[in-house]
Amino acid sequence: MNQITQIEPQGLKRFDLQVIASWIKPGSRILDLGCGEGDLLYYLKQHKGVAGTGIENRESKVELCIAKGLSVLQGDINEEVLDYQEATFDYIILSQTLQQVYYPERLLESLLSVGRKVIVSFPNFSHWSIRMQVLLTGMAPKNEQLPYEWYNTPNIRVITLKDFRKFTRDHGCKVLKEVAINTHHHDTLGHIVSFLPDWRATYGIFLIGKGDKK
Amino acid sequence: MSEYIEHDKDGVSVGLVEKKYFTFAEPPDDMLLEGNARLGPVTIAYETLGTLNTDRSNVVLILHALSGDSHVAGYYSEDDRKPGWWEIMVGPGKGIDTDKYFVICPNIIGSCMGSTGPSSINPASGEPYGFDFPVVTIGDMVKAQKALLDHLGIKQILSVVGGSIGGMQVLEWAVRYPDMVISAIPLASTTRHSALAIAFNEVARQAIMADPNWSKGKYYDSTKPNLGLALARMVGHVTYLSDEAMRRKFGRRLQNKSDFSFNFDADFQVESYLRYQGQKFVDRFDANSFLYITKAADYFDLRRQHGSGSEAEAFAKAKASFLVISFTSDWLYPTYQSKAMVKAMKKNNLDVSFCEIEADWGHDAFLLPNERLSALIKGFLDRNFNELQKK
Repeated sequence: MNQITQIEPQGLKRFDLQVIASWIKPGSRILDLGCGEGDLLYYLKQHKGVAGTGIENRESKVELCIAKGLSVLQGDINEEVLDYQEATFDYIILSQTLQQVYYPERLLESLLSVGRKVIVSFPNFSHWSIRMQVLLTGMAPKNEQLPYEWYNTPNIRVITLKDFRKFTRDHGCKVLKEVAINTHHHDTLGHIVSFLPDWRATYGIFLIGKGDKK
Repeated sequence: MSEYIEHDKDGVSVGLVEKKYFTFAEPPDDMLLEGNARLGPVTIAYETLGTLNTDRSNVVLILHALSGDSHVAGYYSEDDRKPGWWEIMVGPGKGIDTDKYFVICPNIIGSCMGSTGPSSINPASGEPYGFDFPVVTIGDMVKAQKALLDHLGIKQILSVVGGSIGGMQVLEWAVRYPDMVISAIPLASTTRHSALAIAFNEVARQAIMADPNWSKGKYYDSTKPNLGLALARMVGHVTYLSDEAMRRKFGRRLQNKSDFSFNFDADFQVESYLRYQGQKFVDRFDANSFLYITKAADYFDLRRQHGSGSEAEAFAKAKASFLVISFTSDWLYPTYQSKAMVKAMKKNNLDVSFCEIEADWGHDAFLLPNERLSALIKGFLDRNFNELQKK
């Protein structure tokens, strides 16, 4: 049932990023939102020959990226995506960030306009351990993926795999690929969860595109 | 820009350099300027560092700001007291690595550091031009630089780099000669002066022109308008720093005294500093050049010149990949101005990187030692060099 896999073996440390990288077609144009120190962009540039741009808010990370030879803009993702023309990018990657966005609906709408496809990954809030914590302790749940207290968490959006699927249906977009994984996001190895993913996956990764009609 | 010329702390330097001259536009083939006046002959002082590679793909053109010159790095002689103005950035293994790149730094026209300017001899009269010198623009400066590069047989520039008014020339290069410019790094710069920047320039110009010794620009064989020029420089220095920089550098500390003098001597350190900077400047800079260069900077408007008023349209012709850098405490060319050009570049699908560097030193931050700035520039240049080699 569970496959122990390392999908893109060279270079990428995080399992979720390995999954994302395996979805990217060589030579595509990529926008990586919240690109951090640019690990994914660097990998995709080296191994897939992509033309990539990153957007990152923290100056120290931006500097590291540019010093590595990546194209990265310092700024807020919600504002920065607005300047591009329609369908500028083949893929836009929003990895581990959706749960921290104030207006996810507005953001995803802009992403589907400037990108042909959007890859979204987020921690799954319906993992069984979270459900049990709420049920048994009656307190806001914490785990490895969501380690904060309710009052200091940057993860202001509570999203489950089911929620996201419903969101795509309601907003007329198509889920082109979907993978549920079980890993701490810093782990190199992870499992793809195919049995009861809504209960057992720690993260969901979705590839979405515009639907035929809204 | 201020002067922060210092020896490299590790003693690394490109070594000895030589100022060279190139003269073109001899009448009747003189240069037609943007203001429709003609200028000729035109001389450009320039310096080169490093070695041009065989396929001429390693050229880095560095453009200086208001009071700079062609002496970007290195020393003129063994016992030279000071190196060039960007010694911290340009040299072997530095941000702009002279072991790898061939650096060209020309002095702008209108200046007084070897290129043709108001203090040069007007061939028509046999005397210095003074106020007969035609008003030159940033575009004119860049056209003259292009003539120099043609003369040197350079058809492609790996990167054009410059801060402040040098950054304006960088932008002008990228838009005017898009097929020559592979990449461009405008630092602490803008596509057009704000009213605030024009206002400070105007105060500085009025200080010079109100000096009775200025004599409508004809002072070259008499007393120079040193008071006016010093005052102009003092105004400039205020705009190059920041509230934070001044608080740290001077605070309210007194200069060599324990209490107020209750007269109008320089009591505060900041007063003493500004007076010193003003006086130092008059020894090396020409008041008329100050007027002409600040006017060129005020006139510069990339939107008006190249975009019919639109910033996005101004960059429509550009092909370079850009690295735009601003500094948090720069209130002369604040970050919003850099962001506006980044936005316009993005709208044109140009490859652009942008970083707002946290720095307390105001507009001058680009001239101060900053390892992160060096690393950024180095990474960007290396990437563009490697990508060019693959083509």
